[in-house]
Amino acid sequence: MTAAGVRIDPPRSPSTRRLRGRTNTELYAWLFMRVSGILLVVLVLGHLFIMNILDGGVQRINFGFVAGRWASPFWQVWDLLMLWLAQLHGSNGLRTVINDYTRKDATRFWLKMALYTASVVVIALGTLVIFTFDPSIS
Amino acid sequence: MTAVAERPVAVEAPKARTVEVKIRRYNPEISDEVRWVTYRVEAYPTDRVLNLLTKIKDEQDGTLTFRRSCAHGVCGSDAMRINGVNRLACKVLMKDMPAKLTIEPIKGLPVEKDLVVDMEPFFEAYRAVKPFLITGGNPPTKEWLQSQADRDRYDDTTKCILCAACTTSCPVFWTDGSYFGPAAIVNAHRFIFDSRDQGAEERLEILNDREGVWRCRTTFNCTEACPRGIEITKAIKEVKQALLFRRV
Repeated sequence: MTAAGVRIDPPRSPSTRRLRGRTNTELYAWLFMRVSGILLVVLVLGHLFIMNILDGGVQRINFGFVAGRWASPFWQVWDLLMLWLAQLHGSNGLRTVINDYTRKDATRFWLKMALYTASVVVIALGTLVIFTFDPSIS
Repeated sequence: MTAVAERPVAVEAPKARTVEVKIRRYNPEISDEVRWVTYRVEAYPTDRVLNLLTKIKDEQDGTLTFRRSCAHGVCGSDAMRINGVNRLACKVLMKDMPAKLTIEPIKGLPVEKDLVVDMEPFFEAYRAVKPFLITGGNPPTKEWLQSQADRDRYDDTTKCILCAACTTSCPVFWTDGSYFGPAAIVNAHRFIFDSRDQGAEERLEILNDREGVWRCRTTFNCTEACPRGIEITKAIKEVKQALLFRRV
């Protein structure tokens, strides 16, 4: 390995990061991906069906239509669940991609920070709109 | 009286053909550059890729370096990337191969020379899962009996020959070298599900780590690459299940 000054880093880095005591984070993340995936199939397909296919489809969607739907707590919860699950599911997927494809610790850190910031902003804004939506706004 | 065939069946002698073998050459003692060298060799349908490599080394270029030991698919020395897939060179028959071969070292491990890679990171992951029998209490005074059903539980994963074909076909291992890799998980599975072993909890804990089984993306590359036909992805799934339900 050391011949002629050639140094190739072993792909398996020294085990400083491993075995830091008991954590189930990855287990829960893995489980969350499965459960949220199944729920999202129902929520998203249902959403698409109602919005795009059911009587009149996308043509009937306007401010009044959305206001009417969000008057019901059922659709509020539906949309809220869809927002949170989709955003967390997607973020966790991207987190995995970042972990896989970044080589430098700094790159990994900043990409993840950008991802987490974006997720928090989207979730917060969406939740705010669903709960504070005012149908009487002119 | 011996039976004599009235009309002897014409058995065609296997015909040799010329095969182009393109090999990735690298020798850090001479140059840091990788070269692709093409050799033309006569190959019989009954030849294995390993025979071709030996022929090249014997007759054309003695500097060609590769590992091989038993040459019968048991020692696990000659795993390499043949036409883009990980195979044991001693198990690939030329009758199944096209007239052009591309041979590279297995991916994801540091290349030392030509087709020889540094297997240490691979074995480090293997050792990390404690691939040996762990027991407590008094040892049995006579043979430790096990039912056929108990043995069948982990039979598949006992077949591993540690050739690294699976681990070096795994895209997660390519990009994240600290992932334990399929081979280490297979060998952990072999003990986790052994009814005589008592170290399951310990091994499961090791594989529950960030670089453990949860990194598996079920791409089935490992199962496809295994020269022993081990259902690796299934074994990894069983370890995940054992972790999820805290039950072996």
